[in-house]
Amino acid sequence: MRQSEAPTAPRLLDRKLLFVTGKGGVGKTAVSAALALLAASQGKRTLVCELDAKGDLASSFECGPTRFEPRLVAPNLWAMSMDTEASLRQYLALQLKLPRGQYVAPLARMLDFVASAAPGVREIVTVGKLCWEVRERHYDMVVVDGVASGHIIGQLAAPQAVNRLVRVGPVRNQTGWVLDILSDRSTTGVLAVATPEEMPVMETMELVDRLAQETTVGLAGVIVNRVLPELFGTREEEAFDALSEPAVAGSLSEALGGTVTPLLEAARLMVRTRRSRAAHVERLRDFLGPSVPLLYVPYLFLRSYGLRATHQVSAAIAAELES
Amino acid sequence: MAAKEIAVVCGPGGVGKTTVAAAAAAMAAWHQGGRVLALTVDPARRLADALGLSPSGDMPEQVPKSAFRAAGAVPQGELWAAMVDTKKSWDRLVTRHAPDRATARRILTNPLYQDIAGRFVQSHDYIAIERLYELHSEGTYDLIVVDTPPSRNAIDFLLAPERMAEFFASRLLRFLTVPYRSRLVDVASRPFYYVADKILGSQFLQDIAEFFILFQTMSEGFVERAQEVERLLADRRTTFVVVSTLEAGPVREAETFMSLLPAQGLHVGALVLNRVLPAYLLADGLKERAEDLCDQANELAGRLCATGGALQEREPAQVSRVLREIGTNFNNLGVVARREASQRSDLGRSPGLAVSVPELEGDVHDLASVLELGRHIWS
Repeated sequence: MRQSEAPTAPRLLDRKLLFVTGKGGVGKTAVSAALALLAASQGKRTLVCELDAKGDLASSFECGPTRFEPRLVAPNLWAMSMDTEASLRQYLALQLKLPRGQYVAPLARMLDFVASAAPGVREIVTVGKLCWEVRERHYDMVVVDGVASGHIIGQLAAPQAVNRLVRVGPVRNQTGWVLDILSDRSTTGVLAVATPEEMPVMETMELVDRLAQETTVGLAGVIVNRVLPELFGTREEEAFDALSEPAVAGSLSEALGGTVTPLLEAARLMVRTRRSRAAHVERLRDFLGPSVPLLYVPYLFLRSYGLRATHQVSAAIAAELES
Repeated sequence: MAAKEIAVVCGPGGVGKTTVAAAAAAMAAWHQGGRVLALTVDPARRLADALGLSPSGDMPEQVPKSAFRAAGAVPQGELWAAMVDTKKSWDRLVTRHAPDRATARRILTNPLYQDIAGRFVQSHDYIAIERLYELHSEGTYDLIVVDTPPSRNAIDFLLAPERMAEFFASRLLRFLTVPYRSRLVDVASRPFYYVADKILGSQFLQDIAEFFILFQTMSEGFVERAQEVERLLADRRTTFVVVSTLEAGPVREAETFMSLLPAQGLHVGALVLNRVLPAYLLADGLKERAEDLCDQANELAGRLCATGGALQEREPAQVSRVLREIGTNFNNLGVVARREASQRSDLGRSPGLAVSVPELEGDVHDLASVLELGRHIWS
């Protein structure tokens, strides 16, 4: 946590409900899995929930497919996938006291209806389920591997929309406590993930604005994922340039018994790519200001993704939170 | 692309679809001639600038030939660009299909319309395809390259026309739009209303019903249109270009795509692998050389500094650090390049289709950099 931050701002892992979002392809699932693993390793009973059923969460933990019923994937850590139909069934049984099983046929039709027509209902069933887990204190922390930044506003604003559209009835009554949990900044927050590239950074800035304007949910922080390493300081870069001079590179090649040109080329590629990306990170940092926690997760040079990568991202986040 | 009229660029999110689509369109205008339109859903601002798109560019605008000349290219044809504005496109669609202007006005001013136009039946996906159809049927363009919207599930947009037709034929819509009273008579559907009422309250159901009764007046036009759109997508003149990076997640999605498209009766013309690391990272013997460089860094640095020349004034310790960084970096990138290569062979079941685009260092910010990318996909 930064010095400049207001003392009242809750620490990232002290929140009970975190929605992880970002543009497609920035590593939302990897960050969600890592964050949940970190919380669990600190002794919190943690639930991590994948909202789109792509199965990436299961591969982050190298476990079998996740389902609506949470499964233990690590000590203190349960993983599940959202299933609107199962969620609605649970909602009907628990919240509206409808007996289980009796309405399966109309439910299937109901769901078509929910999915395709009624604005906000699919969202409220999803968000409602997550808030319910928080309200019932089944877990100390719920991490949501959320929908992309383009969709999350609609999801988080759904309770308000439903409140506006549905004037009476049990759903309206339900939205009250859901809104309370979502709006409480010490309980709930959005964690935006970006990579240091133009579009992910732009989408993040847009998300931050819309979150403030259209929802009651607070921004818990921003993670910049896949940050490339800085190979050289300024003086070292001068040395690198000198090494690249044909005469020097030539004698280096001779000493190693083969050309070093591709090695120098690869270093140049890294330096230039990092530099062009740094501009985007800087823009993001200026935009967010000092009050929003901004964490950096390095690019992982790994042979494959899986539990090992999840542990490494988790360690990187832990180090950032301590600094 | 010579015999095609439409190229649909699709693939997982975050792989550079929009840029690849723009590059393909620009290359077609440059080398193939004719009038080419790049139709895009949500371009990066700098790409929009590169194509000369204004922020409200719902109508096609021509990319000035001077932009090509500045990039050192003499185009044989014309490049046009347009963005899809979802709200405007929906409004146009309603205006076209409503039976009369009064109904159109009532739909457009209905409070539920805004919420619903933004949500139901994957409306963004549908509207992009709908706009494509509209522009194609004008017959103004020899080739339209469209990049698909970022879908929650990347295949959604393909099913969009079908879903739209299904939606209007569905029992649900009928359930919703029958007069409230006759609902109670129909025993079969009573449980549905019971649950729906219980969840949403009957007032809300009635509000929704009212809206859909209005909307239903357009169903005939809509369904007909959706079917025409479907036919156009399956036509031989339409080709699908799948874009992916070689990251594990996108590759998995791209694989699904490659098998799903033909199953839907659609034609895959190319697979573009974007942001691929350079091949020299995989060259024989270099991994070992990079390791030698790290291991012998101190000794090499000492020798090089002693020789004089460019390194004369340098401290050997610093040079040694730089050498180790160079070696480590090469092998770090090598790990990623090998990972990519194995992903690539997983995708390589149709090798004739695949082209690779290298990781470009900067962002695509002007027509020259669009064309630079285009050179890699154009053959």
